[in-house]
Amino acid sequence: MSFFDRISGRKDKSAQNAKERLQLVLIHDRTDLTPAVLDALKDDLLDAISRHVEIDPASVRIDIARDGRSQRLVADIPLRSVSRRRTR
Amino acid sequence: MGAQIVTITSGKGGVGKTTAVANLGIALAANGKKVVCVDGDIGLRNLDVVMGLENRIVYDIVDVIEGRCRLRQAMIRDRRLPGLFLIPAAQTRDKTAVSPSDMLRLGAELRSECDWILIDSPAGIERGFKNAITPADRVIVLTNPEVSAVRDADRVIGILEAEEKGSPSLIINRIDYDMVKNHDMLSAEDVLDLLAIDLIGIVPEDQTVLIAANRGTPIALDDKSRAGQAFRNIARRLTGEDVPFMDLDSQDGLWQRLSRLTGRK
Ligand SMILES: Nc1ncnc2c1ncn2[C@@H]1O[C@H](COP(=O)(O)OP(=O)(O)OP(=O)(O)O)[C@@H](O)[C@H]1O
Ligand SMILES: [Mg+2]
Repeated sequence: MSFFDRISGRKDKSAQNAKERLQLVLIHDRTDLTPAVLDALKDDLLDAISRHVEIDPASVRIDIARDGRSQRLVADIPLRSVSRRRTR
Repeated sequence: MGAQIVTITSGKGGVGKTTAVANLGIALAANGKKVVCVDGDIGLRNLDVVMGLENRIVYDIVDVIEGRCRLRQAMIRDRRLPGLFLIPAAQTRDKTAVSPSDMLRLGAELRSECDWILIDSPAGIERGFKNAITPADRVIVLTNPEVSAVRDADRVIGILEAEEKGSPSLIINRIDYDMVKNHDMLSAEDVLDLLAIDLIGIVPEDQTVLIAANRGTPIALDDKSRAGQAFRNIARRLTGEDVPFMDLDSQDGLWQRLSRLTGRK
């Protein structure tokens, strides 16, 4: 590892770095969704769903998935089962 | 009779559009086609020097549009290849001297003159870019394996899709295979995976490109130039031939992996 690598805290090769950064930047460019907007959206979504069913906010995952040139919002929201709710 | 109009654009500047137009023009003309290369970069004329025709300019594209000369008078014939012509950009005017509808009219008139019309777009996404893509039947987005060039290419692809120009094809220029092997440069597959459009060519980083530009003799005629070979292959793909991608890193299966990626929607 070179001196530069150590001071910059670099572990991966730079191409991997470039690709990961581009993946995120392109999603934001294409959808106009910043991480802050995504967080706000997630909070609103959780509020709305919680009014109808019981969910565990910590286990909710909301992400943008890439499929070719299109993006989709993917929400994975585990529901608490009724039996587990009773035993609590 | 009905020529195809192909525009090469990129978003980011300096990635190799003018180099590509000059070399594709030469490669198509070397296959016996009649080709007119149009410099769409008004005010920053460059295609003339890359093609080595700068001393022969009398009229330019704005002269044609404003009626100071006939179309044929502005078409400079390349003495090396009988079917190759250049319509130079105006150097002392700016992009507002030409409108998208002027370009449509010019394109329509040119179609009966040749088999291929290649338009060199300026960088950016403003008027000059709009002018260059408006008459195109097909747009090629050219990029380098580099973060800002890929990001700008993505933006341009988005604009082309929104303008219903159809999905453009991709040229990845200046791939340095040693850097890719060391994982210090995005590979062609990485770029293709990110941009997710059809690939039409990969051009290696090659010193002969600069040497040829110094002399005004594009490399597409040089048998030994790897970049020249890449441009000749792209020209053949444009005409509908199925040409395998060069095995530049002499790694087996590159072609298979690439065709898997491009086969995807
Ligand atoms: N494959 C390559 N290998 C090495 N050098 C290259 C390659 N392609 C282009 N270049 C060099 O990159 C520089 C920019 O190329 P070129 O002028 O074609 O870009 P451009 O996209 O037309 O720029 P602009 O946006 O300013 O019009 C030139 O010096 C050219 O020689
Ligand atoms: Mg140029």
